[in-house]
Amino acid sequence: MPIFAEILTKGPLLKGAQMKSRNQFLKSLFFSLALAFSSASLWANDPVTSKEPSHEDSADQSVSTEEQISEYIAHHIKDAHDFHLFSYNDASGHRKHIGFPLPVIVYTSQGFRFFMSSEFHHDDSGHQVVERDGVSLVKYHEKIYELNAGEHAVSFDEAHHPTNAHEVLDLSITKSVFGFLLVSLLMLIAFRSLANQYKKRAVPTGFGRVLEPLVLYVRDEIARPNIGEKHYKRFTGFLLTVFFFIWTSNLLGLTPLGFNITGQLAVTFSLALFTYLITQFSGNKEYWKHIFWMPGVPAPMKVILAPIELLGTLTKPFSLMIRLFANISAGHIVVMSLISIAIIMKSSMGAVGATALSFALSFFLTLIELLVAFLQAYIFTMLSALFIGMAVQEHDHH
Amino acid sequence: MEQLLNDFSPGLFIMQSILMLAVIFLMVKFAWKPIVSSLEEREEGIKKALESAEEAKAEMENISSANEQLLKEAREEREKLMKEARETKAKMIADAEEAAQEESAKIIAKAKVSIELEKKEALEQIKKEAAKLSVALAEKILQEELSSASKSAEHVDKLLKEVTLKS
Repeated sequence: MPIFAEILTKGPLLKGAQMKSRNQFLKSLFFSLALAFSSASLWANDPVTSKEPSHEDSADQSVSTEEQISEYIAHHIKDAHDFHLFSYNDASGHRKHIGFPLPVIVYTSQGFRFFMSSEFHHDDSGHQVVERDGVSLVKYHEKIYELNAGEHAVSFDEAHHPTNAHEVLDLSITKSVFGFLLVSLLMLIAFRSLANQYKKRAVPTGFGRVLEPLVLYVRDEIARPNIGEKHYKRFTGFLLTVFFFIWTSNLLGLTPLGFNITGQLAVTFSLALFTYLITQFSGNKEYWKHIFWMPGVPAPMKVILAPIELLGTLTKPFSLMIRLFANISAGHIVVMSLISIAIIMKSSMGAVGATALSFALSFFLTLIELLVAFLQAYIFTMLSALFIGMAVQEHDHH
Repeated sequence: MEQLLNDFSPGLFIMQSILMLAVIFLMVKFAWKPIVSSLEEREEGIKKALESAEEAKAEMENISSANEQLLKEAREEREKLMKEARETKAKMIADAEEAAQEESAKIIAKAKVSIELEKKEALEQIKKEAAKLSVALAEKILQEELSSASKSAEHVDKLLKEVTLKS
């Protein structure tokens, strides 16, 4: 289990976010626990994905060897252009894929091109060329490349980078975007119905009774104490949206649908960017003063502190981005690795033994992932609130 | 790290950012605003209800203490009235006694006076009766003893003197 071993042996990646201790003891205890959880995990590294794409050419695309499993996992945690549930070999030995295609929207040198991902025919090795109004497109490792003019097939160099094609801006409804839309729809339906319930009664019934304490929790335990009584109302909308988006996405990632929305670096980067921009734009005079001209320290120190503090504003959202991405990706990798024990250990433990071991371990880990799903949503929201709180807080004690 | 950067999809980032912005907007407009305002309304309502309950309780306490006061006053009033009544009664009895005593004293005095008068009258009467008797006696004596008149007269005078002295 190379990936799993790597995850276990690699040291902690993340430095705990610098946090001014202004919460009670219990809270900081919980928080440090949460950070311990976050820093204990890690994303998978290259060796997995830079494999020769040779097996994709072979007729038998079943996933049974260690290498194939590694590649399968690496492929899973990436974004995909179609919604793929599972594959199997039918009686005549053909590979059947169960799922549905998603729309591809790309901005090429000739402008926008739209088509369904089914036109690639499940090809991810760049061999299937899609012709669209004078543009030739191939998909290689879930990236879409435009062939240079006059070319009809993609060629690769030794490092498996295409030599006669360039990347295009890919605005497709990928699996993650599809997942995002699904999560948004679920959130809108659920919370719209909660909002409507208040028109009829003061205390919601049914599912609303579950949602209400969660909303109250984010408002009273995350937004209010971290941002402060005076300003928190402006930011609750953002914090609530982010919290429920991350949590629902994480939970959706634990279903067999195989979404990995919050495990996409682009997604967590976007989320962290929101926090960063909100923090900077709501920062008051005191906040900027503390960055560029720290009060209460000697002048030469002020000069030294300014770039450090300025860098600090960037590292805070950066740690948000990496923490969420790494935790969710690692969770997916570990769960899938444990599931694959059933295949890998079959020869040494027998089918029943290997399956039982795999089931027991992956079941246990999925339970932990259930906790992590909430924890990561909590940490992200909580730290966002903390950063915003630092920017808007009034330092009357100086 | 290279792998990470390679996996980073600018397209997904753009889509995510646009969609996130839209979702935040939609959620704030259609979900969070109404939910949070309803929650705040409810909290406000609960707070008010608690406050008014507290007020009602305080008022109740006020009322009951006022009642207590009234009761106390009434009790004091009653005590006072009772005391007064008792005093009046005692005084009346004392007055009556005094009056009775005075009356009886007066009656007794009157009685004494009248007794005195009666006595005097009786004495007068007796004197008169005695005089008459002595006269009659004298007549009889005179009639019987005309011969020894001088001795008799001396004796009568002696008797008469004795009679008057006796009164």
